Amino acid sequence: MTPALLALSEVSRSFGGVRAVSALSFAVAEGEIVGLIGPNGSGKTTVFNLISGVFLPNDGTLTFAGERLVGRKPHQTCRLGIGRTFQIVQPFNSLTVLDNVRVGAFRTIGNPRRATREAEAVLDLVGLAHKRDAQPPSLTIADRKRLELARALATRPRLLLLDEVMAGLRPAETLEMIELARRIHASGVTLLVIEHVMRAVMSLSHRVVVLHHGEKIAEGTPQDVSRDPEVIRAYLGEEYRPA
Amino acid sequence: MILFFAYIGVAWNILGGYAGQFSFGHAAFFGLGAYTSTLLHLHYGVSPWIGMLLGGLAGVLLGLLSGFLSFRYGLRGPYFALVMLAFAEMLRLSFETWMSKSHPLGLPIPLKGTSLLDFQFKDKGRYFSIVLVMLIAATFLCHRRVRSKIGAYWMAIRDNEDAAEALGVNAFAYKLLAMAISASLTAMGGTFYAQYFLTLEVNDVFGVQISVEILLSAIIGGAGTVFGPLVGAVALQLLAEVTRVYIRAFSGFDLMVYGCVLILVIIFLPQGLLAGLRRPYRALARALST
Repeated sequence: MTPALLALSEVSRSFGGVRAVSALSFAVAEGEIVGLIGPNGSGKTTVFNLISGVFLPNDGTLTFAGERLVGRKPHQTCRLGIGRTFQIVQPFNSLTVLDNVRVGAFRTIGNPRRATREAEAVLDLVGLAHKRDAQPPSLTIADRKRLELARALATRPRLLLLDEVMAGLRPAETLEMIELARRIHASGVTLLVIEHVMRAVMSLSHRVVVLHHGEKIAEGTPQDVSRDPEVIRAYLGEEYRPA
Repeated sequence: MILFFAYIGVAWNILGGYAGQFSFGHAAFFGLGAYTSTLLHLHYGVSPWIGMLLGGLAGVLLGLLSGFLSFRYGLRGPYFALVMLAFAEMLRLSFETWMSKSHPLGLPIPLKGTSLLDFQFKDKGRYFSIVLVMLIAATFLCHRRVRSKIGAYWMAIRDNEDAAEALGVNAFAYKLLAMAISASLTAMGGTFYAQYFLTLEVNDVFGVQISVEILLSAIIGGAGTVFGPLVGAVALQLLAEVTRVYIRAFSGFDLMVYGCVLILVIIFLPQGLLAGLRRPYRALARALST
């Protein structure tokens, strides 16, 4: 196996008396799509916040491309090549769609005109080019999720953390989003995906890590994981039957 | 004076309008600039022009210090505004104590004649030209920044600091930069003010009313727009003049009217006059194009 792009080793984080993440270890190899699933409150988003530097872990180490992540701030982890979206979309509401994406593009491009071109190219990719002059509050949920994705993508990440980009979408929109994630992956970006929409994450991911109460209870291919009795008990429920 | 307040508004707007850090204590920089140039001129014969640059430099240093302290500890919104107010008040009281011994009636700047070098003119038109140049330069600087990386990062920080950080924006550094630029421009305005009135009183340059006046033109005109401060300054100064000249029946009545108009603007045009003007303008443009 190729050396891991992202590796978590025995990472723990508590909030007050609650252990949100407990001795968690897993790795993501370059070029993979890894799904991170688990019931509500199982610590998925906390894992993202630990990776991107919003929170410091109480214990354990995180490395990205050989660099230690612990102690780096969000803007520094972004510069290392980690892009992320937020579960609750966080657009810059007073800026146009294009200007939102330009902020991301400026990470690698200093020239304003070239940054604009880069932002336009990213908007084309995610299918938002026709909304470039709109203000985020006027967008549909699906378009806001696309904008969130476009902005992160414009920073040209090596690893993209997607936090529930499909939540709240209609089935057709979900399919488009899966298609989009595949295209982004095909362009050479490694993906770590938090997702509640089971069908989406199962069809998209090469590998799945399952969290429950902050602990890893299973890891493997979507097929294996969805047959794992402990996972079914903790999360999927009896009615879920793999196709 | 309209142009002067427009200029100061532009300076405030960089920090308050674009970077979204609402400072309630820009008088600190204003007074510091005024006293730096004036004291250097009185005691060491330094030309006010050089004093203006040194005052700007002093503004940068004070801006970096106050910015470092407040941004380092993550102060946002009203907390930042209050800390800036505290900085201004601290400086005001320090200068008041210092000056009350030597110059209890204010610091007069001796008349030296009307040479360009001394920054003193009988002809007020000269001052007008200088402040016009300052205003154009500051507006141009501001306009250039808006479309650049720095401007994009400032507005991103203003709208959502956490999201900006996630996109690789070092919010702390960019806020400090906005602070430094805004503070130095404001301090240079302070020097101009001192040379214009040729007398300096602590409360006139460090007082809260200066802080308010600085931010008012930017906010009334439209914070975060290039020409907002200019529009706001024109509107405010005209309003002040008109109410003062025409409403003289009761003393103080003009100020009441002035206050009421301000309240109306804030209620009905919270985005500023410029945004309010833009809406009918766009409607007109659309009507004409169809």
